[in-house]
Amino acid sequence: MTLGLSRQELRRLRVGLLFALPWIIGFLSFTVYPIIASFYYSLNVYTTFGQPLQWVGLSNYVKLLGQDDLFWISLYNTIYMVVFGVSFHIVLAIVLGLLLNQNLRGVSIYRTVYYLPTIVPIVATSVLWMWVFNPEFGLINSALSLLGIHGPGWLTDPVLSKPSMILMGIWTIGGTLVIFLAGLQDIPQHLFDAAMIDGAGALQRVRNVTLPMLSPVIFFNVIIGVIGGFQIFAQAFIMTNGGPLDTTLFYALYLYRNAFEYFKMPYASAMAWILFLVVMITTLIIFRSSARLVYYEGEER
Amino acid sequence: MESMERTSPALKTAQQPRADRLSRISWSQSQALGHAGSHIALFSVGILFFMPFFWLVSTSLKELDQIFTLPPIWIPDPLRWQNYPESLSYFPFLQQLRNTLVIAVSAVALTLISSALVAYSFSRLRWHGRDILFFAMLSTMMLPYQVTMVPLFIIFRQLGWINTLLPLIVPHAFGVPFFIFLLRQFFLSLPRDLDDAAIIDGCSELGVLWRVILPLSKPALATVALFQFLGSWNDFIGPLIYLNDPSKYTLSLGIQVFVSTVGVQWGWMMAVTTVLTVPVVALFFFTQRTFIQGIALTGIKG
Repeated sequence: MTLGLSRQELRRLRVGLLFALPWIIGFLSFTVYPIIASFYYSLNVYTTFGQPLQWVGLSNYVKLLGQDDLFWISLYNTIYMVVFGVSFHIVLAIVLGLLLNQNLRGVSIYRTVYYLPTIVPIVATSVLWMWVFNPEFGLINSALSLLGIHGPGWLTDPVLSKPSMILMGIWTIGGTLVIFLAGLQDIPQHLFDAAMIDGAGALQRVRNVTLPMLSPVIFFNVIIGVIGGFQIFAQAFIMTNGGPLDTTLFYALYLYRNAFEYFKMPYASAMAWILFLVVMITTLIIFRSSARLVYYEGEER
Repeated sequence: MESMERTSPALKTAQQPRADRLSRISWSQSQALGHAGSHIALFSVGILFFMPFFWLVSTSLKELDQIFTLPPIWIPDPLRWQNYPESLSYFPFLQQLRNTLVIAVSAVALTLISSALVAYSFSRLRWHGRDILFFAMLSTMMLPYQVTMVPLFIIFRQLGWINTLLPLIVPHAFGVPFFIFLLRQFFLSLPRDLDDAAIIDGCSELGVLWRVILPLSKPALATVALFQFLGSWNDFIGPLIYLNDPSKYTLSLGIQVFVSTVGVQWGWMMAVTTVLTVPVVALFFFTQRTFIQGIALTGIKG
């Protein structure tokens, strides 16, 4: 039982495990066990809520993938947000980061103003933006009316409901922006000087120095954004409750409804496992495809 | 101009013969023009980011007939302060504020203790399997919340904790991966000689953590406390799942439920939203330095 470790090493192992014990217990009981339990539930159904489970094999999965239109609608809505929301978010954050990363007067004030919305509670953000998007008297359509434009219905318009939520997401771009700023400040100045001596213009410097040097940070933000995007919930729950016409019925919202409104917890567990796989595969694909695109300093290419 | 100053002196002299006066002037002029353009862009975006805050407070002080009018009234006249006491009296506001604070303060205390212990083990102690477990912890940070949501609910129901504050407090006693990671990064930046010296002086590992590491880590601990407080204050899905009695709600949940029942009373809705927002905004302004330090700590390289 000594695992081939010396007494000294065994003591170190004991002490190390002892200090890490809180997390190890938490990891086993709040992560590992629930993941396994979730899979077990997904292979069962409730006869009635709270009663013992009944084994049904893969039929929850078959039903989800084969018969449940709302499952596919919610998956489509979510992927829409992940693809368009995350890319828009990242591009805009880079542009703002480049603007902020200059020796301009008052940059710290801009940084504060851009960051502030990210600390506002999601409930407050959602309620506030319901009012901002109000078709009659909201901030946006009021402002448009001053220009003589009759604004659209935003969240009540099936075509615009998801873009509206992406727009609202821009308000909380500050977290991503600040990470980009830190990344930009880490790029050594001598690279820009060298590029300038070689006659590179501002745009060329961005393309050939800034973006390659920033690529690990971009990659990090894409991963975080994609994983977060798959879990989008509160905005839809509070602002639209999935409407209009299920256009903001996101995956996490439909999962929540199954678990806590229809009390079909095994069905929700099957959804959770599909989400797990989808997120894992998406992350893997991004990791794989990023190998060629991301530049790490000190790495042989 | 500024970026010229940042170049090294050697570089400047090397550049000198190549750049004739004329092109230098036009270069700095275009630079100035670029700066003006940046300022205009940053200022416009700043206004757009600030407007929702203004709209929030402005609406919260309006009479109904000033809310539903075009062209919009930007500054309410008269200021209707009654929106605040009226809306807050519609739900157990003080009780919900207390619940929120109980959760937030307990979560902060538990998170600090547990995360510091684990981070210490992951950064300063050397043991077999440490890096594998650390990697496992990092991967759990990418796990979607929904994957464990249903079994966790069932666990807490079996414990009889549904409709109590416990599911929102107790899990923090087991370390929060994000904060463990953050503290670990900070602990790694402290010189190792300190630990060795303390050990030679007869300090135990716990003594090293308590007497050497933690006193040096106050900025990082402050960041963790701040982020955890905000996390608990802002949390919505946790209270939504575990609490079902208005006297047990947190403020976030209580306000969401209130808002969903009052229809078009936008003055009230904006008043309660302001009440939910002002504390965190105030906290942000008082602790900006801690925030910036924290963001620098989480600014992960590579």
